[in-house]
Amino acid sequence: MNLFLLFLSAFLVNNIVLMRFLGLCPFFGVSAKIETAIGMGMSVIFVMTLSTIITWFLYQYILLPLDLLYLRTVVFILVIASLVQFLELFFKKQIPGLYSALGIFLPLITTNCAILGVAFLNIDSHFGLLSSVVFAVSSALGFLIALVLMAGIRERLENAPIPKALKGLPISFITAALMALAFLGFSGFMGLSL
Amino acid sequence: MKRVFIDGIIKNNMVLVLAIGLCPTLAVSTSAYNALGMGLAVIFVLTFSNLLISLLRNLIPRNLRIPIFIVIISTFVTMVDYMLKAYVPPLSRQLGIFVPLIVVNCGILGRAEGYAYKHPPHYAIMDGLGIGLGFAIILFIMGTIREILGQGIWLSIPGVFPGFKVFGEAFTNSSVLLMILPPGGFLAIALLMGLYNHFGKK
Repeated sequence: MNLFLLFLSAFLVNNIVLMRFLGLCPFFGVSAKIETAIGMGMSVIFVMTLSTIITWFLYQYILLPLDLLYLRTVVFILVIASLVQFLELFFKKQIPGLYSALGIFLPLITTNCAILGVAFLNIDSHFGLLSSVVFAVSSALGFLIALVLMAGIRERLENAPIPKALKGLPISFITAALMALAFLGFSGFMGLSL
Repeated sequence: MKRVFIDGIIKNNMVLVLAIGLCPTLAVSTSAYNALGMGLAVIFVLTFSNLLISLLRNLIPRNLRIPIFIVIISTFVTMVDYMLKAYVPPLSRQLGIFVPLIVVNCGILGRAEGYAYKHPPHYAIMDGLGIGLGFAIILFIMGTIREILGQGIWLSIPGVFPGFKVFGEAFTNSSVLLMILPPGGFLAIALLMGLYNHFGKK
């Protein structure tokens, strides 16, 4: 597939959060403020790209030749967990500036199903290395934009009169439903479908 | 012990109270049958991982516990994944990557760390069954709401059973398609949570 179409598809049409339902825990967990949303989004871009490259090589050059496909789930989650731990230590020692910006989000990323989900999607779609990386970066950008939009809306919702039973998470879900409805408008855009 | 089971279903409900495991809840609840399949898969993984971790709780060293939990959980997840692929391939295709993604459902790791690691096996099994059933029930309700409103039928199984006709022909021909599309998932869970807050927390 054309790389630009792949980018549009992962970024807007099949937005990883609103259309594919991946990474919902951080989407609702850290979308209270715009700054934290940006920090989380940036960490996801970073980790998703790295983990995609690593898992792609592991799959193509170790799991596939040795016929160990049943170890896929175990290997991928362990690799992602250790990658996140490693990045945390590396940032702390070498790039303290980046650590203070992204540090608190890194431990949360291990259980972000978007990271593992993208690794699986890359394999199920039989992507090559370049397509995989483009897919990962644009999915992560899609995550960032959905998260920032959501944070912007939620900051305003603080002051809105909301029925008592819907306060907190339920109204956030309704907001997400409306956002998903808006993103649904992108389907069919340049011939891309859900 | 009965308390542990009931608490798992209502008081500690994974989706409505803790807001954990949202991804599969929203993604696979497009029909009651898919939701049921996913619910059973989670019950299986949660019960057996709780049991094994509880049995091994005196052997697992404290500072290595998280990686060991992850390996145990992903072993059961892989078993479910391959069983679904072998016995019900259509369901396996419908659930897609959300079966292997059970491994990053924080609820399961949370129960391993918070409950199974500290309690004897028979309690851990009851906890796994209760929490798993609480998750499966919510998933099934979501699937029911979305399938009935979105398609006008209930419990259809692709290629096996066409489903019960809930509404007449006129509704089925012009159903609320939105409910089986992604926004419908968000709306259904918002509705359920709102109802739970309204009636449950008195």
